[in-house]
Formats: sequence, structure tokens, C-alpha cells
Amino acid sequence: MNNIFVYCEITDDRTIADVSLELLSKGRKLAEELQVKLEAIVIGHDLKGIEKQIFPYGVDRVHIADDARLFPYTTLPHATLIIDLFAKEKPEVALFGATSVGRDIAPRIASAMRCGLTADCTSLEIGDHFENKTQTAYKNLLYQIRPAFGGNIIATIINPETRPQMATVREGVMKKEVYDDNYKGTVHKVDLSVLTEDDFVVEIIERHMEQSKVNIKNAQVIIAGGYGVGSRENFKLLYDLAEVLGAQVGASRAAVDAGFVEHERQIGQTGVTVRPKLYIACGISGAVQHRAGMDQSAQIISINTDINAPINHIADYSIIDNIADVLPKMIKYYKANSK
Amino acid sequence: MSFKIIVLAKQVPDTRNVGKDAMKADGTVNRAALPAIFNPEDLNALELALRIKDKLVDCEVIILTMGPFRAAEIIREAMYRGADRGYLITDRKFAGSDTLATSYTLSLAVKKLEPYNLILSGRQAIDGDTAQVGPQTAEKLNIPQITYAEEIIDVNSTHITVKRRLERGVEVVKSKLPVAVTVHSSAPACRQRVTKLLMKYKHSRTITELQNETKDYTELYSLRPYLQLEEWTVDDLHADVEKLGLSGSPTKVKKIENVVFQSKDSKVLTSSDADIDGLMKELLGSHVIG
Ligand SMILES: Cc1cc2nc3c(=O)[nH]c(=O)nc-3n(C[C@H](O)[C@H](O)[C@H](O)COP(=O)(O)OP(=O)(O)OC[C@H]3O[C@@H](n4cnc5c(N)ncnc54)[C@H](O)[C@@H]3O)c2cc1C
Ligand SMILES: Nc1ncnc2c1ncn2[C@@H]1O[C@H](COP(=O)(O)O)[C@@H](O)[C@H]1O
Repeated sequence: MNNIFVYCEITDDRTIADVSLELLSKGRKLAEELQVKLEAIVIGHDLKGIEKQIFPYGVDRVHIADDARLFPYTTLPHATLIIDLFAKEKPEVALFGATSVGRDIAPRIASAMRCGLTADCTSLEIGDHFENKTQTAYKNLLYQIRPAFGGNIIATIINPETRPQMATVREGVMKKEVYDDNYKGTVHKVDLSVLTEDDFVVEIIERHMEQSKVNIKNAQVIIAGGYGVGSRENFKLLYDLAEVLGAQVGASRAAVDAGFVEHERQIGQTGVTVRPKLYIACGISGAVQHRAGMDQSAQIISINTDINAPINHIADYSIIDNIADVLPKMIKYYKANSK
Repeated sequence: MSFKIIVLAKQVPDTRNVGKDAMKADGTVNRAALPAIFNPEDLNALELALRIKDKLVDCEVIILTMGPFRAAEIIREAMYRGADRGYLITDRKFAGSDTLATSYTLSLAVKKLEPYNLILSGRQAIDGDTAQVGPQTAEKLNIPQITYAEEIIDVNSTHITVKRRLERGVEVVKSKLPVAVTVHSSAPACRQRVTKLLMKYKHSRTITELQNETKDYTELYSLRPYLQLEEWTVDDLHADVEKLGLSGSPTKVKKIENVVFQSKDSKVLTSSDADIDGLMKELLGSHVIG
């Protein structure tokens, strides 16, 4: 069987993006299960020594394409290099971050390779499959698992016939784990001669990257608000509690869609995945897409006027009351008891 | 020379209203059980197309939609807002298409409309949130792509300049035409229906729709042939059947599971002083906070 490939994204300060390190960590585990090697692809500029950031995640081989025209990212040259590499190396599995970059390039590559791609997986596993129609048995397929339609179901997607089996995964879904600080792989310089002028027809004229102001992903305590918070003004109650507790404020998609908070704070399948010590869900019903991003929290408190809200099923404490009454009291009794 | 914009638009079930009875046993959605809407980001795409049409003297906006017969509603809706015409791509053989088979089909339809200058689509459809069809259609057509467009800054007969909305910033890019652009929800909302256009197009129908009408449209249509909406089938597209529908889709649904809540032993509290005081003491005591 062939190897597992992870496309690594490069940040402006020439570090490997967290989402890619998380995918390498997952890739390492899959590689062991399948008894294959783990390979990484890095495309950019000024990449001298970049492999040192990568090897500790258990990478056996890193493919590096280093050229001034390859940073910042544009679709076509990166896609052309990867398609060429995949045509030669025939990966078994190829993983991409479900980021602005990953979701731009992965479909283009999948189309060129005529292979399947599953967006936004929340879990990746190895398993077998028996196709009744053709009476064919498949061993060791990649199960690409994601919540699907309307969120009432979890779907397991497979690509029995085509390779690579491609998937994108959001930042924070997999755990970043160093495998071995002294792990040593090899470096392969990618052949740039496949690039042509046509790959550079899209030109970046201006670029403003903002350091994310919000860092809910690594927060220990999260106060998340939903549609039940009611308004942008009412969110102030959550910020007040967050300030007292040293917490971050998160939100459900309904709260983001309603304009109560910025999109960066969205938690769930199409937002960030979080695993805080404490998650306080305020006026959030607990749809499966929301829970997909927070159900790994160590403790969950739900504040909801509706005792039947699904969020209460996964909460350690369900406060069945109006957030306008509960939150100020939480501040008051936190102060009273902490001193 | 006329500037031709093709907008890819999809009719989607309103996933904000999915009940349990809307799912079929095989994991596919019983679309008939759900309200069908114009995919929200496709409306943003339509708006960007109409803004270009407002600016250029000679510009045509064409809607392409692939779906069941009722998806013709999308074409009418777009025409009420200013699109010039549209094509419904419909055939049983398309059923079960994943994004690869869908983009193959759409790319064949686009080729029938050649030469074109610009393809606009939504970033993603709310029924699957995959965001794959735009880039995959671009690849099939062998043209460049610009994803997550928020604003079209400039366009002329050879080039387009687009502002992109990224996770952590914005980018302005310039591409030569033709190019496929996917549009982000942060782009301007689509304009409302124009009453004059509503009156003009409200009787427009596809052939299949006409067959189900009780009213006789023959005379009206001979006077106003533009009311006839075209349907394209597998044969019209000269499509390779192997690349369509289920057989053309490398992704298979192996299994679907209904989400079951694993009820935790949840303590139920109220906003009473005693309850909240006790809760904060517990959290502080176990060092979860503080
Ligand atoms: C493909 C797809 C992807 C999605 N991705 C995400 C995602 O990433 N993240 C996400 O969050 N959602 C996502 N959603 C949307 C999700 O299905 C739900 O619609 C959303 O999570 C609901 O948000 P909510 O709980 O805030 O709102 P609602 O469901 O409207 O719930 C509001 C809750 O507030 C309670 N309430 C009202 N007033 C008060 C009050 N005064 N005090 C206390 N409680 C009150 C109500 O009882 C109710 O339970 C996605 C949906 C789809 C289809
Ligand atoms: N069946 C279809 N007919 C027309 N356009 C489509 C169709 N499916 C997807 N699209 C376009 O592709 C975009 C992305 O869809 P998706 O990859 O399904 O998230 C949509 O916003 C539409 O613009």
C-alpha cells in the first residue's frame, strides 16, 4: 500500500500552520495502522530548515518546493505541483486543512485526479467495506466521518475505487502531538519544471492578513452564546462574565448569523472545535453541528429556559432559567466565593 | 462584443428546517419534504453578476442550475431580479451525483454556452457545505479560479480584479478571463425582485412544467418565445454516462447513524441565589475556574 500525504500550510512567519501539524499527528497514527509511511508537502518560499519543524511529528519524507513565486499561496502553481507529485507517488490518503487554502486547493486536485474528497471531517478511521452490488471486498479504507445533512445524522463516507482518498479537516478537530523529537525523515526537492506561465495568471495585488484577535481554540474556559441571547447588547453579559473568569466568548452559528458576534467566534462543525475545561452554553439549543465543536469539553454548563433543549443532555449542570438572571448572579457569587 | 456571465445556482432544501421525517432510509434526503430555496450564497453570486451587468453596456447573465424539475423556480427567481435567461439541467441519470459528477455535468453545460467571460457561483451550498463544485468546475474547464469573492473591484473585457475574504484577512487578486469565481456570504445581498420583470417572466415555464399546466400557453408562447425555459438532458450535453450520477461519483455513503444523545447525569438548577452560589463554590472547589 502507498503512503499518507499531508499538505502543510505555511504562515507568514514561516512556521507550519497548527492545522497542518494536527493533520500530521493524525496522519502518523493512520500510517501506523496501515503500516505505511507518512509524507508531508510544503510549498512556499524561504523554507530553509522547515523540515525541522515537521520531522518530530513522525514524518518520513518531506517534499519541499521553494520558490519566490510560490508564496503567498495562489491556487494554480500549488495545485500543479501537487497533482504532478500525486501522479508520481500515488498516495493512498491525502489530507488538507479545511481552511481558506485547503478548501480552495483540495477540490481542484480531487477533480484533476478524479478522486473523491470529503470536506470538514470530524473523524478519520480505518475500516473495511463489502460492496454488495459487485460482491467486492475492500480492506483498510479511510472512513471519512462527518455530520451530514441538517445534522441529524453522522455520515461515514468512503472512496472504494479511487486514490488518493482525500479529506479536509478543520483546525482544532485533531490533536497536535509531537511523535518523537528526534525523528528523522528525508527531504525531497520538488521538481518545479512542471510550472508554466499559465499557472501564474492570477496575481495577488494586495494582501492584509490579520492576526486573529480571538483565540477561543486554546481557551480553558469558554462562555458561548446562542440565538437565545437575543441581541448584540445582551452579549455584553457574556463578555462581563468572561472577563471575570478569564474566559473567551464563543457563539453558535445562529448567533453569528443574527449579527450578535463576529464569525471568528463560531463554534461547531463550520466553526472552531474547542476542548476547554469548562464550557458555559448560554441560550444555545445544542444542534448536532454545534455539539460537534464542543462536546469534548471537560465540563458543560447549560443555561436555557427550555428544559428539553438537547444541550441539556450533554450538560453536567443545566440551569433552567433566563440568562439575564443567571449571568449577573454567576459574577456575583464567583466574586463572593473566590476572594 | 457581448460580455457573458454564467451563474451556477442551486436549489437547496432549507436545512434550517430539517425534521426527522425528511430523511430517507438510505441516507439521502427526501427533498420533497422540505421547503426549497435559492442557495443563499448563489444569491450573492447573482448580485455580483447583476452589478457587472449594470456597469457594462452589453452584458448577459445566464443561470445554470442542475436539479429536479422544480429547480426551474431558481431560473425564474433569478430572472425576476435581472438575469437574462437560464437553463435547467435535469435528467434521472444525474441523480446521486457527488461534487465530482456535478461539476463534470456543469462544465459540459458551460461548454455549450461558449464563449463566456466569467463564471460565478456560490462558495458553498447549505445542503452539504462542501464548497467543492466551484473549484472543480473550474478545473474541468481548465480555467483559473478565485474563491471567496466579496467584491468585484474592476472588470474589463480581458481581466477581473476581485477582493477575497479569507479566514484571517483579505486579498485583492487580478486574473485574466475567463475565470471561475466563487462568492462569499459577505458579498452584498441580492437585490429584490423587480415588479416589471416579475410581470414579464411570471409565465415562463420549462417544457415539463408546461405539460403539467392546465392552461394553454401555446398562443402566449408564440407571441413571447422568450418565456420558454430550456431543459438540457444527458443527451443534450453529450455526457459520458459513466461519469454521471452514482457511477460517476467516487464518494459513497457507507453508513449513516442517527445522532443519539448520551444523557449525562445532569444536575438541574435554577437562577436562585442558593443554586448559583452552590455552583460557583463547586467549580472553584474543583479548580475548574479560579
Ligand atoms: C451544514 C450545517 C453546518 C452548521 N454548522 C454549525 C456550526 O458550526 N456551529 C453552530 O453553532 N451551528 C451550526 N449549524 C446550525 C445549527 O444547526 C443550529 O441551527 C444552530 O447551532 C442553532 O443555534 P442556537 O442554539 O444558538 O439557536 P436556537 O436553536 O434558536 O436555540 C436558541 C436557544 O436559546 C434558548 N433561549 C431563548 N431565550 C433564552 C433566554 N432568555 N435565556 C436562556 N435561554 C434562552 C431557547 O430555549 C433555545 O434552546 C450548522 C447547520 C448546518 C445545516
Ligand atoms: N446542482 C447544481 N446546479 C448549479 N450549481 C450548483 C449545483 N451544485 C453546486 N452548484 C454551485 O456550486 C456552489 C458550491 O456548491 P457545493 O460544492 O455543493 O457546496 C454552489 O453555491 C452553486 O453555485
